[in-house]
Amino acid sequence: MSVASETVAALTVALVGNPNCGKTALFNALTGSRQKVANYPGVTVEKKVGRVTTPAGRSIALVDLPGTYSLRARSPDEEITRDVVLGRLASENAPDLIVCVADASNLRIALRLALELKQVGRPVMLSLNMMDIARRRGIDIDLKVLERELGLPVVSSIAVRRGGTDDLRAAVDRQLASLPSAGASSWRAPDAAALRGAQHEADRVLQAAVRHPGHRDPLTAKVDKVLLHPVAGMVILLAILFVMFQAVFAWAEPVMDLISAGFTWLGVQVGAAPLPDLLRSFLKDGVIAGVGSVIVFLPQIVILFFFILVLEDLGYMARAAFLMDRIMGGAGLHGRAFIPLLSSFACAIPGIMSTRVIDDRRDRLTTILVAPLMTCSARIPVYTLIISAFIPDRDVWGFVGLQGLVMFGLYAAGITAALSVSFVIKHIFWRNAVGEPFMLELPDYKIPQARSLAIGIVTRAWAFLKRAGTIILSMMVLIWFLASFPQAPEGAKEPAIEYSIAARIGHAMEPVTLPLGFNWQINVALIPGLAAREVAVGALGTVYAVEGGEEAAEKIGQVLKDKWPLATALALLAWYIFAPQCASTLAVIRRETGSWKWMWVTFGYMLVLAYLAALVTYQIARALGAG
Amino acid sequence: MTDYFKCYYEALSMNIRPTIALGDARVGFRGRILSLDLERAPTVGLPPAELERRLVELGFVEGAAVELLHQGLFGADPIAVRVAHTTIALRRREAMAVMVQES
Repeated sequence: MSVASETVAALTVALVGNPNCGKTALFNALTGSRQKVANYPGVTVEKKVGRVTTPAGRSIALVDLPGTYSLRARSPDEEITRDVVLGRLASENAPDLIVCVADASNLRIALRLALELKQVGRPVMLSLNMMDIARRRGIDIDLKVLERELGLPVVSSIAVRRGGTDDLRAAVDRQLASLPSAGASSWRAPDAAALRGAQHEADRVLQAAVRHPGHRDPLTAKVDKVLLHPVAGMVILLAILFVMFQAVFAWAEPVMDLISAGFTWLGVQVGAAPLPDLLRSFLKDGVIAGVGSVIVFLPQIVILFFFILVLEDLGYMARAAFLMDRIMGGAGLHGRAFIPLLSSFACAIPGIMSTRVIDDRRDRLTTILVAPLMTCSARIPVYTLIISAFIPDRDVWGFVGLQGLVMFGLYAAGITAALSVSFVIKHIFWRNAVGEPFMLELPDYKIPQARSLAIGIVTRAWAFLKRAGTIILSMMVLIWFLASFPQAPEGAKEPAIEYSIAARIGHAMEPVTLPLGFNWQINVALIPGLAAREVAVGALGTVYAVEGGEEAAEKIGQVLKDKWPLATALALLAWYIFAPQCASTLAVIRRETGSWKWMWVTFGYMLVLAYLAALVTYQIARALGAG
Repeated sequence: MTDYFKCYYEALSMNIRPTIALGDARVGFRGRILSLDLERAPTVGLPPAELERRLVELGFVEGAAVELLHQGLFGADPIAVRVAHTTIALRRREAMAVMVQES
């Protein structure tokens, strides 16, 4: 069922509220699975629309707008909220009714937003969400008084309970039945004095309508004593991260193997099918290998987002940012950049997708630019191949394995590079830019709801497949084309790839890559390796005509050891720390930043770093006699 | 006049407790906000008017009760502050603009 086609005639109701007010849970409770996530035109802000049928049978399009503290927009997300509420977006219907969502246990700041929304001149009502939690905590809210003092219809809701939104649905019906025509908007971006006045007014209303026990949520207070403890809090954060990573690698592996095997099987089936050679190669090496290389990351992405959503819904994410802020800040990164960068150790794609938790555009961009420098799992096959072939398996200082030490060094180099690059960006390129202060609300802890989690994971997984899939697939087809054309002549002795455009590019690149110690065979292998880093292993096998492809990694290692000097191997390792060898990541950067420019900036700076690192490594190694 | 204002003016007239910047307060500090003095946070990248608006948006207004709940490991920064019924995390640098009086 298409949402878009039905919203034309339907009434539009917009949900507006502070971050952490339970707006998304309410949206999920009201719309269930009948929701659609898309982008607002020209920006990467998510647009969430769902269809709701009210008790009176009205069909409404419910829009979940990004959380905000004021209509005075500071981030692209908040600009969308402002423009939709004010009816300024040509592509969107102005809302017929605005539902201001507030956390009933945390009303003070929300009431100020409600007062601001009143000025917009459109019908507004206030929905007090999480009423059950407020009652349990002894917060006594007199809805009648609140309604009178605020001058807005007020209704309570419990998004997470069956029937908890009945009152809200009925109230929306009542409002829509007698919609006054939208009056003139008296809203202007408030200055500090206006905000202050509104907050005093909100405090007055609060005083009249709400009896608050005064103390904090006792559970949150107790848990925070431990989780925000300067030392214990850090230790627990590290433990949580450790479990998360174990899960991303260990839990995902069987499923990834299964998906991989499935696509290999499919490839073999197509390979054996009675089709013209060219079509068969296109389907097998272009389409199936391309789609497979994307879908194989899905289990990792689902697990990662499961953890991120659970931590977010619990209210822990803001605490993690609090704990890490100082450390990240030293490198010019925002505290919230921590989780995205960490995710990038699994794969930069979900890492870059999760930078959405960073509000400020510059902080987010810096994080996106450095995320691909974290050592992702796709580099591991390449590192393992070269290390096991070239680095002797012996202990140094008596107890540390040299091979493991090199591996560790490669990871450390990636982290150091990421932090240095962000430092340089922040302190040299954006030196005069306004530094975003670290200010965020630490919400009370809440138990995540399975239903909301499931909806969140499914929409993200689907978004990943759809967004990344289209671009990645087209890149894969392009790379297949380069590696397959022109085709090998009849009776050719050399591997087919040597007659392709890719090989010509490899030869043409030789003068440039010679100072790095790369021969043309390496250059050729780097081209299909653009699709996904680990593909380079198989490609090296192809160029050196090793039978058995990726399974024969050990055999490839032996061949390489005979053909390459040590300096070349080390230079290739250095190259791989930095090289933008992943079309999927670049595609996701293009999607998430909404511009080709940042994709090319990432590609360019990583390429330069890779070249310099490989150059220095090769030249030094040769000077030391490893050439 | 609201109760908040009463408290505020009473505190001013009695003037028995020292006024400090929230950015200098220790964990366990309890008090009320007297004023926002943006000149006290000059190293912040934001223009003063913008910092003021952001602080007010998160509930830092005159008369609100504050309590310093937690602080970070390095340099005792950032801090977690209870402002009326909400908990806000911010850096001490920005908190220098919030003038508070112990209660």
